[in-house]
Amino acid sequence: MSSTNGTRPVRVTVNGTVHEATVEPRTTLSELLRSQLGLTGTHVGCEHGVCGVCTVLIDGKAVRSCLTLAVQVDGSEILTVEGLAAADGTLHPLQEAFSAEHGLQCGFCTPGFLMAVYALLTEKPDAGEDEIREVLGGQLCRCTGYQSILRSVMRAAAQFRESKLEWVR
Amino acid sequence: MEWATVKPAAFDYAAPTSLAEALTLLGDPDRDATVLAGGQSLLPMLNMRLARPELVVDIGRIPNLAGIEEREGALVFGAMTTKAAVESSALVLRQQPLLHAATKLVGHPQIRSRGTVGGSMAQADPAAEYPAVAVATGGWMRAVGADGERTIPAADFFVTCLTTGLAPGELLVEVGIPALSAGTGWSFTELSRRHGDFAMAGVAVTVRLDRAGCFEESRIVVFGVGDIPTRMSAAEELLRGERPEPSLYRRAADAVRDAFDAPMSDIHASAEYRLHLAGVLAERGIADAVARAHPGEEGPNR
Repeated sequence: MSSTNGTRPVRVTVNGTVHEATVEPRTTLSELLRSQLGLTGTHVGCEHGVCGVCTVLIDGKAVRSCLTLAVQVDGSEILTVEGLAAADGTLHPLQEAFSAEHGLQCGFCTPGFLMAVYALLTEKPDAGEDEIREVLGGQLCRCTGYQSILRSVMRAAAQFRESKLEWVR
Repeated sequence: MEWATVKPAAFDYAAPTSLAEALTLLGDPDRDATVLAGGQSLLPMLNMRLARPELVVDIGRIPNLAGIEEREGALVFGAMTTKAAVESSALVLRQQPLLHAATKLVGHPQIRSRGTVGGSMAQADPAAEYPAVAVATGGWMRAVGADGERTIPAADFFVTCLTTGLAPGELLVEVGIPALSAGTGWSFTELSRRHGDFAMAGVAVTVRLDRAGCFEESRIVVFGVGDIPTRMSAAEELLRGERPEPSLYRRAADAVRDAFDAPMSDIHASAEYRLHLAGVLAERGIADAVARAHPGEEGPNR
């Protein structure tokens, strides 16, 4: 146990790389990712769990990084949108599907959509349209519209069922 | 750190690894301490600075606080059990379908992955689903404090908006939800503007019908309208012994609307609209519960 007024060390694996950082207890995971680790692909919108742009994976589960303290995830594995594309910049098949079906316009909400959908499909490869819609309902998009996002995900889901290995990060 | 945009006010943080340590921290009368479970209610309040605790006690690293087990006809949930675990539990779906249905209405999968059973109960939001389930099913809370442990019936646990019967220094460790007995009909309905939002009003119903098909026992709990989930005694009394029929449900709905002196009124819904919804949802909820009931069936839980 520890109780401290000051900063404390945290060790997290983000996109396969181990990071050690020193944070105040009040530092949220989104803040750690963006300001300290420089991973600004995770966006921040409402900061009270409603909009979903800050969604990342913690130990395989989609969560709001704005509603999680960095100190809570000490020892955890995090996947952010930067971890989707290959090292050489080749887009992840899920990102390709969003591109092909016009699943983004301004792109602000896209990282959250991608991570929420990635978590769903890797956990439930056979997720049907209802389950996909439910997850999309937890992410706000104010310009593209949900129909093209749904088409993107349906396309990605069909592709995922055929070639899982290319997918999992 | 070159730049930072922290939202919460500064606080002290402790992550005890035993219940005893947690109770010591929470029992210190000189410190304004708050329990952090899944954080899906606390973090928004910290980010908006509606909550400014001196000390946040993270109970996420205490072993054995999460899990679902069957005990004496009830499903017992460790306080740190996530909504996602409840949602995917075959035991819950089989034994307590009302709780399963309510879980699907709590936020989104992205929230249910971290939000906990104990957190929802201790938060006691008037519009939250879990407190309503606890009251409708006759559930209970087990709390541990410096002076030992006690079990609090759900009916006594919720005191008013965001306030429970937990004493200072006490920690909620377990939530018991009795299994639905065989033949019991149930429904859980709510109305929110968007799926996953807090309900503007909601109704949980359980009914038992006798061999003749008449109401033997019913529980009707309305949430999102008053300060706490509230049993509709007058409406329940009105149903007792009667044969199920739509005109009876309409009268029960009137009794529901009459049960509130001062319904909540805010930017999301006026008092008048919440009352209207409570009546409509009660009428539908009773009908749905009756449709699921098996008259005259007694005996062990499914």
